[in-house]
Amino acid sequence: MTAAKFRPSKVILYFVLVLIALVCLIPFAWMISASLKLNKDVFAFPIQWIPQNPRFQNYGDIWEQIPLGKFIFNTTKITVIVTFLQLLTSSFAAYAFAKLRFKGKNVLFISYVCTIAVPWQAYMVPQFIMMRNTFHLNDTHLAIICLQAFSAFGVFLMRQFYMDVPDELCEAARIDGMNEYQIWAKIMLPLSKPALATLTIFTFVATWNDFLGPLIYLTTTEKKTIQIGLRMFISQYSSEYGLIFAASVVVLIPVLIVFLLLQKYFVQGIATSGLKG
Amino acid sequence: MTAAAVPVKKVSLKKRKILDNLTAYSFIAPNFIGFAVFTLVPIVMAVGLSFMEWNGSGVQSPKYIGLGNYAHLFRDGQFIEAFFNTIIYTAATVPFTMFLALLLAIVLNQKIFARSFFRTVSFFPYVASLVAVAAVWNALFSPTAGPVNQILMSLGVKNPPGWAADVHWAMVTLILFSIWKNVGYYMVMYLAGLQSINPELYEAASLDGANTVQKFFQITIPQLGHTTFLVMIMVTIQCFKVYDIVLMITNGGPGTKTQVLVFYIYNVAFNNWDLGYASAISMVLFVLVLVVTLVMFRRERTMSN
Repeated sequence: MTAAKFRPSKVILYFVLVLIALVCLIPFAWMISASLKLNKDVFAFPIQWIPQNPRFQNYGDIWEQIPLGKFIFNTTKITVIVTFLQLLTSSFAAYAFAKLRFKGKNVLFISYVCTIAVPWQAYMVPQFIMMRNTFHLNDTHLAIICLQAFSAFGVFLMRQFYMDVPDELCEAARIDGMNEYQIWAKIMLPLSKPALATLTIFTFVATWNDFLGPLIYLTTTEKKTIQIGLRMFISQYSSEYGLIFAASVVVLIPVLIVFLLLQKYFVQGIATSGLKG
Repeated sequence: MTAAAVPVKKVSLKKRKILDNLTAYSFIAPNFIGFAVFTLVPIVMAVGLSFMEWNGSGVQSPKYIGLGNYAHLFRDGQFIEAFFNTIIYTAATVPFTMFLALLLAIVLNQKIFARSFFRTVSFFPYVASLVAVAAVWNALFSPTAGPVNQILMSLGVKNPPGWAADVHWAMVTLILFSIWKNVGYYMVMYLAGLQSINPELYEAASLDGANTVQKFFQITIPQLGHTTFLVMIMVTIQCFKVYDIVLMITNGGPGTKTQVLVFYIYNVAFNNWDLGYASAISMVLFVLVLVVTLVMFRRERTMSN
């Protein structure tokens, strides 16, 4: 861009951009800054963005005050299992819906599509009662896994993607003597990497950040997930600001890493789920 | 010979068809069984429970009371308040979120310096853990010591609002937070919509002498029709089922000033153990979502015809 092309509209544009960036980032900057302060300095005004004597020990103390390691382990365990099950069962079912002909296909698919519009909050109560009374799964991680791992959304997303894969590819493989399971494993899965990445990121973020599910199901402290644990910590130590924000920063990091690594797919995923929805 | 061969072939064809069906079912079964047990069954149970009275214990069985729960809805002041709070929250959040998401998408679709950085940044609040950012938000907007009110006071505002603790401002605080947290997601949807517009449309308009404003209203807005419709549905549904934001920012207060439907469902179900009544409120939530979805789908259809 040359100086001759300078236009006042560009100035406004960049002014808006900087404003957006500030509004989005300031809370995070303040959080990091507060996590390195003593309680009495957190609300000092004017705001001291870079603490004079940063208290890195806040980041050490939180691990002793609450079982943060245990919470992170629980959440990681649940998130990894849910994401794995979601990817496997969704892509498996989606293959049948996209590429196979069978009896009852439409009825089954419609039953998936219809439930996408039913908010989970509308059936969370009977779901909990069923888990508790019939399966005796209350206060277990298995309950959280069961209710997160088989979403209609995953099947829908993968099916949309498989529909765009040409049928001739499957036909050719069948003629070569592959059975359907081999076609799924050797042709469809490798082709659907972008869709799998999208579903991974959606499931990962949703499960990692889920609050209401674990809140209803998990009552024992050692079994709690990071979100519930952090919330518990915040209500117990409501004035320990330095510690609260140090713990918050720790909780944010894993999701931000996953997001930054896979953000290309995330954006693509929202785009495809929106445009084809 | 031929007469004997035909039935044999028929049987094998039939067998093949059954085998094909079984193969397909084996693909669907792992997901569908989980989906049926943990989603479909509870949905049916929710409908059934809304006609019952039950505290959920294994000892006492549910008692059928017909429309009793639904009749109670109309006499329950807390439900009516929660219902209207949900409507107010949705009515305010949806237009602002949509407008800002579109504005953000247009700005971030320009040829600008460090574009992917700005896109990533505007998406941060959406992926960040709600518990963590709500804690920061509560501190920033704390009525007495919070930096926001400190700044307002240093700018000469004598009585800055009490935000989440203030009867008049609690709902506003909730709405502001909700917009800030979620706008990035819908921005990305708009961005995808903008990028799918055929650039030739703009070139042709330029040749016809259209200016930027004309191009925006004559091309961008109409071409984004489908995206706008989807964003509207998604924001609306997301607003109807809000719970955790309310819990963390206002806890339904002050009093019950910001209690919303799901918040009330949770209390009725898991604090009062009145499961039948909680299911009846759930049905209201479900119908609300259903009506909005159907109305918008019909509008979308008539508009595209």
